[in-house]
Amino acid sequence: MANPAEDSPGGALSEANKQPRYVRRKKIHPKLAFGRYRIIKWSALIALLAFYYLIPWLRWDRGLNTPDQAILVDIPARKFYFFFIELWPQEIYYWTGLLILAAVGLFFVTSIAGRVWCGYACPQTVWTDLFIYVERLFEGDRNARIRLDKARWGIGKILRKLGKHLVWILIGIVTGGAWVFYFVDAPTLARELLAFEAPSSAYLTIAFLTATTYVMAGWAREQVCTYMCPYARFQSAMFDEDTLLVTYRDELGEPRGSHKKDASWDARGRCVDCNQCVAVCPTGIDIRDGQQLECINCALCVDACNSIMDRVGQPRGLIRYDTQRNLEARETGADTRARIIRPRTVTYAAILVVLMAIMVVSLWTRSTLEVNVLRDRNPLFTLLSDGSVRNGYTYKVLNKSHDSLSLTLRAEGIPGATLRVLGTEAEETEVMISARPDQVESFRIFVHAPLRALEGGSNDLRFLLMNSAGESIDIAGTAFVGPDK
Amino acid sequence: MPNERDELTGTETTGHEWDGIQELNTPLPRWWLYILYACILFSVVYWVLYPAWPWINDYSRGVLGWSRHVELNEEIEEAKAYRAQFVSRIEAASVSEIAADRELLQFTLAGGRSAFALNCSQCHGAGAQGGVGYPNLGDDAWIWGGSLEALESTIRYGIRSEHDETRDMAMPAFKSDEVLDDAEINDVAEFILSLSDSAGDASAAERGAAVYVENCSVCHGESGEGMHENGAPRLSDFIWLYGGNKADVVETISFSRGGVMPAWEGRLDEATIKQLAVYVHSLGGGE
Repeated sequence: MANPAEDSPGGALSEANKQPRYVRRKKIHPKLAFGRYRIIKWSALIALLAFYYLIPWLRWDRGLNTPDQAILVDIPARKFYFFFIELWPQEIYYWTGLLILAAVGLFFVTSIAGRVWCGYACPQTVWTDLFIYVERLFEGDRNARIRLDKARWGIGKILRKLGKHLVWILIGIVTGGAWVFYFVDAPTLARELLAFEAPSSAYLTIAFLTATTYVMAGWAREQVCTYMCPYARFQSAMFDEDTLLVTYRDELGEPRGSHKKDASWDARGRCVDCNQCVAVCPTGIDIRDGQQLECINCALCVDACNSIMDRVGQPRGLIRYDTQRNLEARETGADTRARIIRPRTVTYAAILVVLMAIMVVSLWTRSTLEVNVLRDRNPLFTLLSDGSVRNGYTYKVLNKSHDSLSLTLRAEGIPGATLRVLGTEAEETEVMISARPDQVESFRIFVHAPLRALEGGSNDLRFLLMNSAGESIDIAGTAFVGPDK
Repeated sequence: MPNERDELTGTETTGHEWDGIQELNTPLPRWWLYILYACILFSVVYWVLYPAWPWINDYSRGVLGWSRHVELNEEIEEAKAYRAQFVSRIEAASVSEIAADRELLQFTLAGGRSAFALNCSQCHGAGAQGGVGYPNLGDDAWIWGGSLEALESTIRYGIRSEHDETRDMAMPAFKSDEVLDDAEINDVAEFILSLSDSAGDASAAERGAAVYVENCSVCHGESGEGMHENGAPRLSDFIWLYGGNKADVVETISFSRGGVMPAWEGRLDEATIKQLAVYVHSLGGGE
């Protein structure tokens, strides 16, 4: 490529230097498409929005004194409720697992079919789609909207724009409103919100999310994907030559050109240059230029092109989900089929399955009772007046069940050892303790052992916990320290 | 030299090229620039409202008067107000009432722990394990009593302190006061050690029994069980405040012993004294 500066050494600034540093956004007026992928997109939109807005209203009976909301993030009580699962803060790793699953799931889907997450399921896409739907209701489809934007301001234009923005803000309020319901009992909060008695943090959250929804889905739209989203940028690292991407097949379409009815299709491509693929594109690109970073793989251009191909009597599939390998294979006449099972997808699937198995097994075998034993370090031991030795422990019982537990605690491993719980008089080989439901109970335990039963220094000691039926439910190993011998 | 244009897109390149891949100098959207301006505007508003600029000896304080110190003091006041309800309940309750109230006990133990670390640990040790001359507060040997009430009195009035109510009993120094001679002291020391089966000389211990009855049993009890009212330690156990070797015991009999603990009334408030009593009682040896 010639360098203009070199062509005119010492000359005035070349034309290239006049490129502006910042450009005005080209407003996109996506046209409504009809077809298979548009139907999938509508279905995804309805399902996802219904899921988002309605989930907080699902109830799940957990018995007395526990919330009956199916999905609830109870921040003050530091509990997460998910149907039959209840997570305590120390089980945050389940969250980590869930996020890793989500990430690997995304990688898996992307390696098969590119950015379909972006095209169908990303909240940015879903809400943008919803907002464009509202825009269409007030301002009409693409051409009408372009005309309206160019038209002079008048009553009609003001009313249409006003109506659109009001509905957008309303959707924003409902979106923010649904969000807060995930954190507090939904029916209670809904009543409080309407009576203006809810905590100010709820109103602030709703206001903030209303603003972000309105700005992101109403104004920023595809710019979020193009300029802000990091995922859009690194997704291409997950593509390979077998990934299904929305592709314009130039070997069929070119040379393009407008086509008169009854004219011959010989010596030309099938593309009639109607520009419908560009008109429906939510990111405003021309797929015929090839893969571009703006493309979210939503296939609305496929729908648009297929409609046109039907009308001009040509086979569908000029734009379609296709792989790089197929494009090359067609040139050599080789076999063209999508290879979904390949090392990359198998690896992702294997990671997914293993992770899910780990999660399910650990959730399944998860106990509703946890025990922690902390041995006193200062003093290591106390010599008593009868010559015996005492060690102090903090024994914690996490009762994650909703029932009060009567438990029996026994110290094992040192002959003649007895124990006492601070606050009680009894000095026995086993003591009764109780744990309230949904609580962490902390007990100060003193263990006494005769000096003759001890070896010098550290001795092994086990705390055996039994339920009211006398079954052992926990054994916690620790040490009992005596004087050196 | 950012002035080449990419043929395909018509966009200017930055002139950077790696393996034939050129970096395009795609213009940013204009709103991006406006966000920069908005941020600049925000920062100017922030400088006016909040502490921002350092001067030589001071800094710009901002018209809102906000600072971390003000916020911290408010939080401390809030915490004090929250604690006040417990403190007033502690002041109104007796030590045994406090120990019986689960909620109050929890607060008391936490407060007692920090008060102990601040005021008591210098002599008694951070874990209350004591040392020679400083009693171990975790064991079950109590010179002046280990009940909640006795502990409260000891902390409040001290031992051999300046306070009028202080516990104040002294052991005679049997050698320097010329009450006993060296042989008698040796015998009685053997007898005392025999109470906890640690005597070395049985015949001396036998001789010492008579000396003990005459000179020691009034305070320490006939079988060496001790007496809290007199602050006379139990001699028949394995715990020795000043050492349990014969030489230590002889030294104690000869020249007497007596530790001093300050009275905490007036130094610490009522609630803290009660918290300390309950905390010390909870260390494991409370009676």
